[in-house]
Amino acid sequence: MNFKLKIWRQKNNKSKGRFENYTIENVSSDTSFLEMLDILNDQLICTGQEPVAFDHDCREGICGMCSLYINGRAHGPDDEVTTCQLHMRKFKDGDTITIEPWRSGAFPVVKDLVVNRYAFDQILQSGGFISVNTGGVPDGNAIPVGKEDADESMDAAACIGCGACVATCKNGSAMLFVSARVSSLAKLPQGKIEAKRRAKAMVAKMDELGFGGCTNTQACEAECPKAISISHIARLNREFLCAKLQD
Amino acid sequence: MSNIFSSSIGKKLIMSLSGLFLVTFLLLHVSINLTALFSREAYEAACAFMDTNIFIQIMVPVLALGFVIHILFSIIITLKNRNARPVKYAVGNNTEASSWAAKNMFVLGLIVIGFLGLHLTHFWAKMQLQHFLGHHGENAYELLTRLFGQWYYCAIYVVWIIALYFHISHGFWSAFQTLGLNNSKWIPRLQLIAKLYAIVVALGFISIPVYFWFGLGQ
Repeated sequence: MNFKLKIWRQKNNKSKGRFENYTIENVSSDTSFLEMLDILNDQLICTGQEPVAFDHDCREGICGMCSLYINGRAHGPDDEVTTCQLHMRKFKDGDTITIEPWRSGAFPVVKDLVVNRYAFDQILQSGGFISVNTGGVPDGNAIPVGKEDADESMDAAACIGCGACVATCKNGSAMLFVSARVSSLAKLPQGKIEAKRRAKAMVAKMDELGFGGCTNTQACEAECPKAISISHIARLNREFLCAKLQD
Repeated sequence: MSNIFSSSIGKKLIMSLSGLFLVTFLLLHVSINLTALFSREAYEAACAFMDTNIFIQIMVPVLALGFVIHILFSIIITLKNRNARPVKYAVGNNTEASSWAAKNMFVLGLIVIGFLGLHLTHFWAKMQLQHFLGHHGENAYELLTRLFGQWYYCAIYVVWIIALYFHISHGFWSAFQTLGLNNSKWIPRLQLIAKLYAIVVALGFISIPVYFWFGLGQ
């Protein structure tokens, strides 16, 4: 397969970026999207040009490191996959593919397609955890958890923190990410103890870092590689409002 | 309650509560309008009720305040949300899931308030306001017949109500989502209820100009 690539190139955070056009030929339809970029980078290096910088790590859809806004969609034209799980067979031969970094004020571009997602870490550090005293390992079944609660919590915990929700939201809102963390802990007895503090702290941090608010467009849910439901956003709203009203 | 309204969710709480208040008002408004389909007398009696009832008189300024709050906070929220993405994408969002209404709530709102201004000058200022000021306004039924006898006025009115339909079809369920009164079971249900509510309100309003345009008024 042959493709025309239109890729965002930006030297560093300070410099002004622009699109560069590339062509890539004889790519197998079974090539993954990142492998296609590897092939392109090989060609660039061989001809003495700067390779395209992009984030990646596990390449099996669980680390949350890959990103890329491909032809107007976070993680490209496939559902419930990360960019590393996307294959070239999802495109047509001869397609022009536009590749942009996540666009969000809270995710500054580091280089080319790499953005700094430290803002997510800061949100987690503000309350996305449970405080545990040191000591021996607790008994496995000492704290019973209902099956439905456990399932709901696990669904939310599937979030890999890739930032596709922010990238695709027209408001650049991080509500799906925050709600996934709040929800996964709120459904468990261990997480309930700090639930109020957690919801307030994480929302305050999210607002402070410049993420937008949720207007319930459901775009995040559609582009989330883990298909995390906006019902978790409803739970976050509930947790937050209840916590605030009790202050 | 400390600084709840400085948070993004707190601001949306105001949007959802004021929005639900406004859609409740619309149901009352459309019910009053629909009396015009029955008879001239029924409509005039309904107008007289709206002009003189003490509860309505108290609620008119509250309603105006509801509009002001809803509009003011929509501007604040929209501006903040726009700032969250300083550099725009070259290729627009191709995500299929988000409904057109959901993505264009602010624009739809602008259309609604734009025509609302027109509507208030043409109807409200000549009807209820005159009674509040102690004057005798133009006969309400005559006013309907006159204004809806003009094709362009009917056209503007219908466009306005269609914008309102889209605004409510998203806003209604969205309000419950923001209040946290939602879950995976209720999301599709509330979305359906929102659509039905919007259809009932929109069809109710549109039926009036259609009725008068076809000369069915007495």
